[in-house]
Amino acid sequence: MIRIVLPAHLRTLAQVNDEVHIDLAGQVTQQSVLDALEARYPVLRGTIRDHVTHRRRPFLRFFACAEDLSHELPDSPLPEAVATGAEPFLVVGAMAGG
Amino acid sequence: MSEVRLLVGTRKGAFVLTSDGKRERWDVSGPHFGGWEIYHLKGSPADPNRIYASQTSGWFGQIIQRSNDGGKTWEAAGNAFVYDGTPGTHQWYDGTPHPWEFKRVWHLEPSLTDPDTVYAGVEDAALFRSTDGARTWQELPGLRGHGSGRFWQPGAGGLGLHTILLDPANPSRMFIAISAAGAFRTDDGGATWQPINRGLRSEGIPNPTAEVGHCVHRIAMHRSRPNVLFMQKHWDVMRSDDAGESWHEVSGNLPTDFGFPIEVHAHEPDTVYVLPITSDSLHYPPDGKLRVYRSRTGGNEWEALTNGLPQHDCYVNVLRDAMAADSLESCGVYFGTTGGQVYASTNGGDNWAPLVRDLPAVLSVEVQTLPPRRSGGAA
Repeated sequence: MIRIVLPAHLRTLAQVNDEVHIDLAGQVTQQSVLDALEARYPVLRGTIRDHVTHRRRPFLRFFACAEDLSHELPDSPLPEAVATGAEPFLVVGAMAGG
Repeated sequence: MSEVRLLVGTRKGAFVLTSDGKRERWDVSGPHFGGWEIYHLKGSPADPNRIYASQTSGWFGQIIQRSNDGGKTWEAAGNAFVYDGTPGTHQWYDGTPHPWEFKRVWHLEPSLTDPDTVYAGVEDAALFRSTDGARTWQELPGLRGHGSGRFWQPGAGGLGLHTILLDPANPSRMFIAISAAGAFRTDDGGATWQPINRGLRSEGIPNPTAEVGHCVHRIAMHRSRPNVLFMQKHWDVMRSDDAGESWHEVSGNLPTDFGFPIEVHAHEPDTVYVLPITSDSLHYPPDGKLRVYRSRTGGNEWEALTNGLPQHDCYVNVLRDAMAADSLESCGVYFGTTGGQVYASTNGGDNWAPLVRDLPAVLSVEVQTLPPRRSGGAA
């Protein structure tokens, strides 16, 4: 089981109150996790990654196990603790005021 | 008795204000989509309970929301706005080529006849259409593919397609406007387009006959006379009597002809409203006085409408999509400010009163005039 923590606005959009849990067969990467997330919640398509390029949106970052994984390749394996569900995969919005 | 529904988009959510035909008491619903920028909402003329909303965020991109019950409940629709083919480039601020990049939907214009057909004007400027209730979107590439597209350059607010006017007398004709490319018209349902900017004069464009490059802020028409168009340009209020083939200035005695919105009275095709703003450097009303100006002569002769509007210490702006007129017998006129007030007049502008005072900055105001409610639900 993969645990995903979404920023508040995306939780509202996906109509979830807490962590999202998904089951994933095969390698656990940013891409496979986000593919599975978007398959479960199609409303999130385009909100985390660009529709066409699948690049991370500029004001979002990915964290796990106290590491910034934003610049890792999309098909690089995520930490084992994420793959086992011990640690969540965090989608974090950049802080900004206003 | 008829009802009126006001759709207000703000920097931090959408609000729906409803009243009966007297327009004395208003119910306020919202914020819907709290915390998100709602650039625009608009209801379908063919099914007033079908409303489309553009929900955007610098973090999370574009969402399109759809309501089938007059704004009580909403569902997210399709948000994939993908340019047709290889997008190519337009001009960047420094004159260099810049790839076309989708940023947001500025304006939604539902079809006059089909609730499932809706047009979207987007930044970077392009026109999209959905024929399945906003589930999927297809670009009308003839506009961006017009020969001038690679010369279009954004204004300070971005390269946004903000105005979409559907000709009620000719389903194949449509007018659009882009900041800062200008106005365009199609006569074949969107397949091909021609610029309609003859007669516009813009400081900073050295060529007085430039085909594109004009910063059009808004165009309005009366549905009974679709060949007559009124335009609020960056500077200048303009009029065309030949569907945009040529324009002439009708700024007349306005205190300043800079501004954003322009609107036409529901029953008087020559009664036009603008809201003068000091200048392109000072985006607030002259002398701290919030004044709507009305012309009953199709331009040139303007009168200040001040009753009920603040006449001192007012430094708000009114954005291009933030003025609307209802079609009740005594025409109601509405506008929203960047200070969060929504003002209404139930007598064509003679008197004004705030409906709400403390919303987030208002980005857009649209009004729906609804038929009398039948028992069991909205008509």
